[in-house]
Order: sequence, then structure tokens, then C-alpha cells
Amino acid sequence: MGIVSRRNAALAKVLARRSAQAGGVAMVVSLLCFLIVLRLPGDAAYRIAAGRYGYDLVDQETADSVRAELGLDRPAWQQLGGWLLDVVQLDFGRSLVTSRPVVEEVGYYLLGTLQLAGVALLLAVAIGGSAGVLAARRPGGIVDRLTSTWVASVRAVPPFLLGLLLVVVFSAQLGLLPAVGHGDAASIVLPALTLGIGLSGLVARVTRDSVVEVRQSDYVRFAHTKGLAERWILLRHVVRNAAVVLVPYLGVQAVILIEGVVVVESLFSWQGLGHAMVHAVFWRDVPVLQATALVLALLIVAVNTAVDLAVLWLDPRPRRHEVAA
Amino acid sequence: MHRPTPPRLAAALSVGLLALSGCGTSSGSEEESDTLRIAGPFEVHSLDPAADGEVFTRLQVVETLVTSDIQGELAPGLATTWSSSSDYKEWEFELVEDVTFHDGTALTPEVVVAALEKAAAATASPLAEVPIEHLTAEDSSVVVELDKPYLTLPAVLTHYSTVILAPGAYEGDRVTSVIGTGPYQVDRIELPASIETVRFDDWRGEAPAIERVTFQAVGRAESRALMAVSDQADIVFGLEPAGRQRVDSSDGVAMESGLQPRTILLKVNAGHPTLKDLRVRRALSLALDREAMAEAVLREKELAATQLLPPSLETWAADVEPLTQDVEAARALLAEAGWEPGADGTLHKDGRPLELKLLTYPDRPELPALATAIQAAMGEIGMKVDVEVSNSSEIPAGQADGSLELALIAKHFALVSDPLVDVAAVFAPEGSDWGVMNWSSPAVQEAIDSLEAGASGADAEQHRATVVRTVQEELPLIPVAWYRMNAAVNDRVEGFVMDPLEANWRLTDLTWAS
Repeated sequence: MGIVSRRNAALAKVLARRSAQAGGVAMVVSLLCFLIVLRLPGDAAYRIAAGRYGYDLVDQETADSVRAELGLDRPAWQQLGGWLLDVVQLDFGRSLVTSRPVVEEVGYYLLGTLQLAGVALLLAVAIGGSAGVLAARRPGGIVDRLTSTWVASVRAVPPFLLGLLLVVVFSAQLGLLPAVGHGDAASIVLPALTLGIGLSGLVARVTRDSVVEVRQSDYVRFAHTKGLAERWILLRHVVRNAAVVLVPYLGVQAVILIEGVVVVESLFSWQGLGHAMVHAVFWRDVPVLQATALVLALLIVAVNTAVDLAVLWLDPRPRRHEVAA
Repeated sequence: MHRPTPPRLAAALSVGLLALSGCGTSSGSEEESDTLRIAGPFEVHSLDPAADGEVFTRLQVVETLVTSDIQGELAPGLATTWSSSSDYKEWEFELVEDVTFHDGTALTPEVVVAALEKAAAATASPLAEVPIEHLTAEDSSVVVELDKPYLTLPAVLTHYSTVILAPGAYEGDRVTSVIGTGPYQVDRIELPASIETVRFDDWRGEAPAIERVTFQAVGRAESRALMAVSDQADIVFGLEPAGRQRVDSSDGVAMESGLQPRTILLKVNAGHPTLKDLRVRRALSLALDREAMAEAVLREKELAATQLLPPSLETWAADVEPLTQDVEAARALLAEAGWEPGADGTLHKDGRPLELKLLTYPDRPELPALATAIQAAMGEIGMKVDVEVSNSSEIPAGQADGSLELALIAKHFALVSDPLVDVAAVFAPEGSDWGVMNWSSPAVQEAIDSLEAGASGADAEQHRATVVRTVQEELPLIPVAWYRMNAAVNDRVEGFVMDPLEANWRLTDLTWAS
């Protein structure tokens, strides 16, 4: 069997497995989400009314009219069934609070989150990756020890504090960047930097360790022996093999980034999914909550698929199997 | 051996650096010097006036028929004058002539009627409570016919849910754009956090000095404080104590503040076997060290409430004995009521311990903190209070099924410009979700009825005093603290005044400092 077809078979296997997973995850997440909202304390109609009109204007009467309007007094299975039926037809409905289409609403927040997570990941790889590679040049050397200190300190500082520190320095003192906001290019820098710096520590650590390991491997030593120039060794052997370790790791971090940015989003008034989800829980905005959870779940599957594919492409080992076979 | 930097890493690094350096240039405030930048905690989730209309009245994009002036008195808005029949069942509102909406269409009585009908259909709007029988468009006015006399109708029409939008603002029943008549028109909206407005050239009044206004919702108070001190916003609303200190110690920005017509109070089930005894309610009130609580939680001891209605509601400021702390007197009252110390330090009567459940909700972060302070104060006089921090909907639910004992709530007393509307609702004899429970007083009811029937002058003053005094004596609601609203205002802005009802930010009165 040829290399190419073997690769394609592997690719098809990955995609098939992941799409089955996506369907399953979507189902489970929707059900769980619905059940959890059902179990939350308090009168959902009242919370929705408060989200819509503000606390000062809401009383039992307003809550009752919201209940009647949204059919919240129907049995739970009917509400869930109705929602599932709509989702199968790709109709996510309207937000109970804002009355806007859920697709529009969640799309807006998803874009915000993806932008933020993307830039943060880029910064983390830039900062952490270069620190890791530099540290790996002389394990135990001064750069390595400095990197270790960096890793420990950025892991120890909570994002909330780090964000405030960055705002105080770059925004309040130096006046270089806007403290909060969403929309223009400048306003993404501080939130992304907050997340990126927090993440860069671990990226540096993982990069360093895998680069050190790869450098000591037989194939790199062989490459040296056969007289390959150092930059080619680094590019074709070290970076590539180290990336096989780093990429899945980054995949996991991307997922954490997407889900774990609530604090940073609220600190910087950045409109993202974390923000949307907190509000949806708070206001019992079930359609938005369901759609957000669904999008997050599918995003995790998508990221994992991307990681699988990237590793498949990066990892030289399957080719070797081919030779053995 | 020389080892070059790996090209991929170098590329990633330079992208990062570019992102960093590229941003420094676009964030300068110079280019925005003709824009007034406002930041506040409130997000905007809907364009519907009944839901989030207040931000658009505050930004002066939309207008109501009646407004309130800086003293909280009624003033003309889109209606120049209004009058009623002698039985207060028919009201006529004369409209300002030649008003155009931001889309160029004319404001007609028919448009006004259509907008008011929509507001009256929204349950959350105070207009829904008004017994409207018929709305009619006349030549240059709007006539409101009522089932029953309703004296406070003009005050209800100051509420932001009753703003008049152009017909083009609606698609079906949904509001899809905010087209009003105010001095500013919407330039761009990005829900939920950002609104930009620009001066409306065809406004009927004097052109405002400030040409462009941006509003940004910023959820965290820390972020807002930093914006205020670093010149990233000109007016910043809703600062917390730490932020206020920061602003106070910075140059170029100053704090402005005013009392809000809102009171944090203990809602009492006056039908509860323990709490129906007035002596117990008084003891409860006497045990509270309100100044210490206000100082510790709200960081300002002047906010300790000495009576239910805050002094900013001037017409309701009757002369009453202020509520103070007196632990000994509280103990004596409980002893007089038959409560005797038990073995565990809690008071007992007929073998029953003095135990009460206090419900509150976390939506206002100061409420749970104050609830625990109240719990400690009650412990001092031998009353065991269990604090339950729950969902705000538990309070109306507890009212409905009668299970509520005590609840710590924050109640606004001037949702429309005349506090009478809220006072009447709070003391409704059948009880109210955010007011009294199982308590009524013929004297209070009579006074409110007379006020609603049109008492004026000295008579009205007498009736208001009756309400305030009776409530102070009988304590169906036990006041704890008042609220203060504040804003950090940059020195480059002149003429800022805090509106007592927060109905309008009075941007048209602002000028740039020369």
C-alpha cells in the first residue's frame, strides 16, 4: 500500500471518529445543560423578567406574563423536546432575554472569544516558545534557570491580578493602550497579553523539555554526524519532533483558553462566550445557554480534530512504519 | 557555533511585537477630543424601551411626553402642557409643534398614541398599571381617557418605557432601531456594550456644545476606575470605594455624587406570630448600628438610614424622630413582650426560641454583607437570625405563600418622577412584592387615597407627613441604609450635574472646558 493512501486512510479514520464524537457530545451536553438549568434554584420566569426589564420593574405579575409568553409552565420534557426538534432543523430560536436570534447572539460572542483565544495563543507560543528554545540550548544554564523562575511566577499570578497589573502599567501609567473595550485592534492587546503571558510559562516548560529530549535523541546525533548544518537540524528534526509534543499540548490549552476566560473577559469588557454564558446562566436564558454550551462542546471536538490532523502531518513516525511494513 | 533563531519562532515573535507596537498609535485620545466618552456598569441588551430604555433617555436620544427637572419636579418634554378634567379621568397632553424624528418623519399625535399603546401593553412598564380606557389623537394633542381617576399620570409618563419612537423604529412589535426625537441620534450600536451618538441637527432646541458621545458598558468597577484616572473616559458612573479614593487622589478628574432615591430595608412579615408584635419590630430596629454598618459595607456612615424615604425626596421629608441604636432599650422591649433568656443565650417565650429567617439575594453585593451584620446585631439582643442568600424571586414567592419572615431588599422609591406612585404601591393594603406584608394602616391608606385624589398644598403636606410618621412608628419596613450614586468627571468637561432620578445625563448642558 502506498504512503499517500495510507495517510488518507488515517485521515478518514480521524475524521469519522471525530464527527461521531461531535454528535454524541452535542447530545449529551444539550441534555445535561437542560437538566442543570431545571435544577437551579429560583423561579426561572422571574430571573428572565429581571434580565429583560431590570429588578426595579419586576414583580410576580411581570414574571407570570413572561412565563405565559415563553410557555415555561409546560412540562420539562415538552420544552426539551421542542428545543431538540428545532435544533435538528438548525433553528436555535431567540434569546429569552434580548429576543434576538440566538445564532446572531452566540455568533457575535464566539467571534470575540476566538479572536481573543487566537491572539493569546499566538503570544503564548511566541513568548513561551522562544524562551523554551533558548533555555534548551544549555540545560541548567542561566537562561534555563531564568525561564524556570518565569514559569513559576506567571503560573502563580492569577489572571485577574496580572490583567490589572498590565492595565496599570500599559494603560494608566504609560497611556499606550486602552484599558477596556471591544472592537478596535488596540483593545485586544491587553486581554490577550494577560492570557498569553499566563500560558507562556507552561509553553516554555514543555518546549524546553521536548527540545532537550529531541536534541539528545539518536536521530539528531546522527544528523550531526552526517554533517547537517545546525539550522537544518533545528528546523527539520528538532522543531518538528518537538512540535509533535507541543501541538497536542497547545490544543488542550486552547480549549482551556476558550472556556476559562470569563474573568479576563469581564475585566476588560471583552464580549466573549464566557461572558455570554455567565449572563445566560444568571438570567436562565436557556436557548442561549444551550447554544453556547453546544458551540463550546463542538469547538473542543474541532480543536482536537485539528490537533490530530496536525500531528498526523508533523509526526514522521508513520512513514517509518511504512518502511518496516 | 552560531545558531540562528529558528525562522518560525522569529516570525511568531515579530507578529506579536507588531501587534504590540501597532496598537500604541491608534489608542491616543487626541483624535477623539470632540467626543464625550461615558463609561458605566449597565449593559444594554435590548433596544426595546420597556427593557433597556433608560440608557437612551439618559443619552438624550429619545424623549418622553413629560420629563423631570433637576429638582425632580415635572417639566415639559414632548408635551408642552397637560391638563385634566376635574375628576382626573380625562387628560390632554398638548404636543410640541414641528418635531421631527431622527429619520426625518414628523411627530404626530397618531404616532404618540401608537407608541403609548405599545408601552401600556408591556407588563413591566408603569403605564401598564394605569387604568387606560382609551387613547385618542386630536389635532395637536393626545387625550387619555381613564376608568378611574389617576392623578399621577404625568409622572408615569416620565418613565423611560413611555418614550416616543418613530414608526420606522419598529418591525412588527419588535424595536429594531432607536429612532427618537432627542438632541442626539444614534450613530452606531453594538449590543451589549457600546453606543455612539451624534448631535441631531434638526433638534428643536439649542444645539448642544458636545458633538459626539460614546457610551461603553464596563462591568468591573476596577476597570472603570482605571479608565477614569487614565483619561480613557470623561464621565465614569458607579465607582466603588477603592476606585473613588483613586479618583480623589488623581489630578484632572473629580468625583460628583448624589443620593439615589433607593433604600436598603428589612421587609417584615407583620403577620408572623413573632413579628406582628410591634415591640419586636422596634427592638429589631433599635438593635441595628446603622452607622457602623454603612461605614463598614458602604464606606460612608452618612448613608445610615434614619427613616425610610431618603432626604433627597424633598417633598416627603417630614420631621420625624430619627431611628437610632439603643441595645438596652431593645432588650427591655423584648422583655416587655414576654421574651426571656433561655439556656443557650437565645430568648424564649412559651417554650419557643426567638428565631427568624432572613432572606436576601446577591445581585447587589452589599446585601449579603449587610445581612450578616444584621444577624450579628440581632445576636446581641438574643434573637437568632438565619441568613439565607438566595434568588431574588424567593422574596415574592415567600410573600405569595406567606412563608417569608424577614427579607433584606433594596427598593427604589422614584421609578417615575413622583414618589407617590411607588409609595402607594409599597404600602398597598393587600401587600406588595417589594413592599409591606400583612400590614396596613387606615391612616396611611386614607392619606395615600387623598393624595391620589388630588390633595395639594398644605393638605398634601399633612398627608405625606402622616404616611412618613406612621411608617416610622409602626415599622412595617425597617430602613437600614440609603444609596449614593456617583460619577468621576474629567476636568475637561464642564457643567456636569447629577440628576437625582438618573433619568437624563443632561449632556446638552455640558461644555468643553476651554
